[in-house]
Amino acid sequence: MGLDFTVVPGYFGILLMGMGWTISITVCAGLLSFFGGIIFAVIALYGHWTLRLPVRGFAFLFMGTPLLLQLFLIYFGLIQIGIDLPAFVAGVIGLGLHFAVYNSELIQASILAVDKGQYEGARTLGLSRGQTLRRIVIPQAVRAVIPPMGNNMIALLKDSALVSVIGVMELTLAAQQAISRTYRPFEFYLAAAFCYYIINLALEAGLRRLERRIAASR
Amino acid sequence: MTDQAFVTIKNAAKSFGKLEVLRDINLTVERGQIVAIIGPSGSGKSTLLRAINELDPLTSGEVWLEGVQINKKLPHRQYEAHVNQVRQDIGMVFQHFNLFPHLTVRGNITLAPTMLKGLSDADANALAEEQLAKVGLSEKIDEYPSRLSGGQKQRVAIARALAMKPKVMLFDEATSALDPELVDEVNLVMKQLAEEHMTMIIVTHEMDFAASVCDRVLFMDQGVVVEEGPPSVIFEKPEHERTRNFLRKHLSR
Ligand SMILES: Nc1ncnc2c1ncn2[C@@H]1O[C@H](COP(=O)(O)OP(=O)(O)OP(=O)(O)O)[C@@H](O)[C@H]1O
Ligand SMILES: [Mg+2]
Repeated sequence: MGLDFTVVPGYFGILLMGMGWTISITVCAGLLSFFGGIIFAVIALYGHWTLRLPVRGFAFLFMGTPLLLQLFLIYFGLIQIGIDLPAFVAGVIGLGLHFAVYNSELIQASILAVDKGQYEGARTLGLSRGQTLRRIVIPQAVRAVIPPMGNNMIALLKDSALVSVIGVMELTLAAQQAISRTYRPFEFYLAAAFCYYIINLALEAGLRRLERRIAASR
Repeated sequence: MTDQAFVTIKNAAKSFGKLEVLRDINLTVERGQIVAIIGPSGSGKSTLLRAINELDPLTSGEVWLEGVQINKKLPHRQYEAHVNQVRQDIGMVFQHFNLFPHLTVRGNITLAPTMLKGLSDADANALAEEQLAKVGLSEKIDEYPSRLSGGQKQRVAIARALAMKPKVMLFDEATSALDPELVDEVNLVMKQLAEEHMTMIIVTHEMDFAASVCDRVLFMDQGVVVEEGPPSVIFEKPEHERTRNFLRKHLSR
């Protein structure tokens, strides 16, 4: 059986919907991983041990186990203790927390890299420790971390395909649906790959713009 | 406390671990006075300056500003609150400027007044414009620090400190990191402050500047004040051999 890409346009609708979900889940999980990463980093560096220890254990868990397993645990496992999350929400939480842990590592390193003079400049004006952290150190650390964190966001986009296993109708699952009706895996997986590529290009363009915008304020 | 000087340092001592950096330092600065601190590298000049605003707290001794003890022993929380309060009255300018790179010049200047003194945005902006005009950088108000020359950065740093309306200004080698041709513009701003009778304590390697601007000069070596007096005495007929040796090296440049 030869290749026949003419079947693809008939399923544009479903692929487009899949793209929509992939973008939604990437944006939501991306935001969660960004703000979660900042919170984890601050706790890891400055938190009381009663916060620091659980966060460290949690980070260990999320870095040391497969994301797939984490998604299963959040979606299927939590039901057993009465937490029945919609698949999309479970996917956002799983992906978001997973990448929050990685972002936290980056942010911690860049917080520690902020020059001592910045603390002194701020404290000398009368800012408290907390104010200095919030207004001076973290904004600078976040700016410094945007480029490497961008790589994490691209990884997040690609790993979002995993949430297909808990039934979120994102791009990969959408392609599978089309395949189950047409028996054309090559055409639709390639089409899906192309869609990922398009999203990726947009994401990278966005990241580059962001980097340019913060370049002056570094 | 009314008979006290404006800034008083009593029996100050400071160690970093086993290293004794300051020993038995006494210093009084009257309101509007300008004091220079000179001395060889490692003699403790920066440490003394940084003790005044508790960046490097003394091991023992007292620091007073206008009848308020800066280095009060207090429980942690109260100490933090106290220090944050008194630092608002003490401007400090660093060798490496320490401007906030993620904020514009305006943001650098307005940050502390809005956060700590509750100034409205409009008032803070007016203040930033006023202070920048003073240091001759009105046109740079919306630039980021990375776009400024070293001399301009330091002038912004001075404007930022002045925006808190400090009672005293501390300068730690404000011109040492600058290219020679940029030194004058910063010195000029400092001279202007002197004319406005700002109380200043200036750590400097520039003997000419110290001689022309300061009322008193302290020569420090190995953690002690070896001698102090008006510039005419310290620079022209110093009493101590150590002072003469130091000046010989620094004046014959
Ligand atoms: N945070 C610190 N920890 C340990 N030792 C320190 C610290 N800060 C300064 N010192 C030491 O204290 C001594 C005095 O240092 P200080 O910076 O006050 O000298 P200085 O007179 O300002 O010198 P310079 O002209 O080079 O700036 C030096 O021996 C220095 O190594
Ligand atoms: Mg020094």
